[in-house]
Amino acid sequence: MEYKDYYKVMGIGKEATQAEIKRAFRKLARKYHPDVSKEKDAEDKFKEVGEAYEVLKDPKKRAVYDQLGANWKSGQAGFEPPPDWDAGFEFHGGTQTGDQANAADFSDFFASLFGQQTGGFQGSHQARHTRGEDSHTKVFIDLEDAYHGASRNLTLRTSVLGADGRPEIKSRTLNIKIPKGIKEGQNIRLQGQGSPGTAEGKAGDLYLKIEFNPHPNYKVKGLDVSLELPITPWEAMLGAKVQIPTPAGKVDLTIPAASSSGKRMRLKGRGIPAKIAGDFYITLEIILPDKLNEREKSLYQALQQESGSFNPRVKLGV
Amino acid sequence: MKNEITRLLSGAIVEEDSHVSFNQLCHCCSLSEEQIISMIEHGIIEPLEPLLTTSYWQFSGDCIIRIQTAVRLQHDLEINLAGTALALELLDEIRNLRQQVKSLQRD
Repeated sequence: MEYKDYYKVMGIGKEATQAEIKRAFRKLARKYHPDVSKEKDAEDKFKEVGEAYEVLKDPKKRAVYDQLGANWKSGQAGFEPPPDWDAGFEFHGGTQTGDQANAADFSDFFASLFGQQTGGFQGSHQARHTRGEDSHTKVFIDLEDAYHGASRNLTLRTSVLGADGRPEIKSRTLNIKIPKGIKEGQNIRLQGQGSPGTAEGKAGDLYLKIEFNPHPNYKVKGLDVSLELPITPWEAMLGAKVQIPTPAGKVDLTIPAASSSGKRMRLKGRGIPAKIAGDFYITLEIILPDKLNEREKSLYQALQQESGSFNPRVKLGV
Repeated sequence: MKNEITRLLSGAIVEEDSHVSFNQLCHCCSLSEEQIISMIEHGIIEPLEPLLTTSYWQFSGDCIIRIQTAVRLQHDLEINLAGTALALELLDEIRNLRQQVKSLQRD
């Protein structure tokens, strides 16, 4: 087990006052709150800060922790609390029931010290009745999954109270159907798949927030999908029929003659399928060959002579 | 560590549900009627037809997600409802701006 430096997590010194601890916590909580922060590891950071605060805000727990910290040497690989660490301390912990599952969000280090006594900090309000807590998690899917529908295996770790009264980690794998036509940021609700309720109470629900993996070719906005399509100068000038990829497969696209770079075209209903399906947008981008041979060069020069009167900068007054 | 594998589970897309009643909303979010009403008063959510009486109120599914976010912010950051409403509005704006930046960015 690894020792956790709660003071370091909070960015404060060991001599910090309770007021300073509270201030540091509030600042970090705002910074890393998963609903606010865009940082990738925000959720882990937020839990870590929550765990540190759970200990340091309570002078009794802090004292226990400080006593242990004094016995811990840096560079020490594992950490085991001394057998008599809890002698002489009495905890008045949080609830023993419904909230207990929240302690699952804390580290093994925390659980070994305070596991049985603590209530949760994480995860929303205290339920007044015995319905289990709702759980939330993110699921990453590919754009193609939204077009065709898919299924995903999702492994969730939750803590349950073991026979000995200590929380134990239980993992379960859910096989989840991703419905066709789901949009980025939407949530799927699985009823009764959240935390179990206490006594006769029903289990909470599990909410899966859908995020799309970034796609190398497409950009997605709601149900609309867009593609940047490279074309040759002659395709742009003369028009052409070209094959383009879409998440639903290849389609033929007719490029009208005299299409400038940046021209936007729309394939209606070829975005993400739905009652009113999204659209598929194509932005043309003219790509030039890296090098010209002598003959190509002379042909371009002939073209230059022929089209000499064309001035694309008329609007700029030059 | 125990591991259980379950059969294929399918759930509904919360945001696409356009017929959430007032009672269902209270139940889904584990909040009292008074708490939901004060969220409506702060403009955090809005019934589809606000002029009807509460028992006829219908909400769109994204209200559930919005309330849950509001509850988390309120609880975790110790902010009041007015502050929560402001935070949610600013978060909406940031999301829209980020979306715009993303669509304008050329790689």
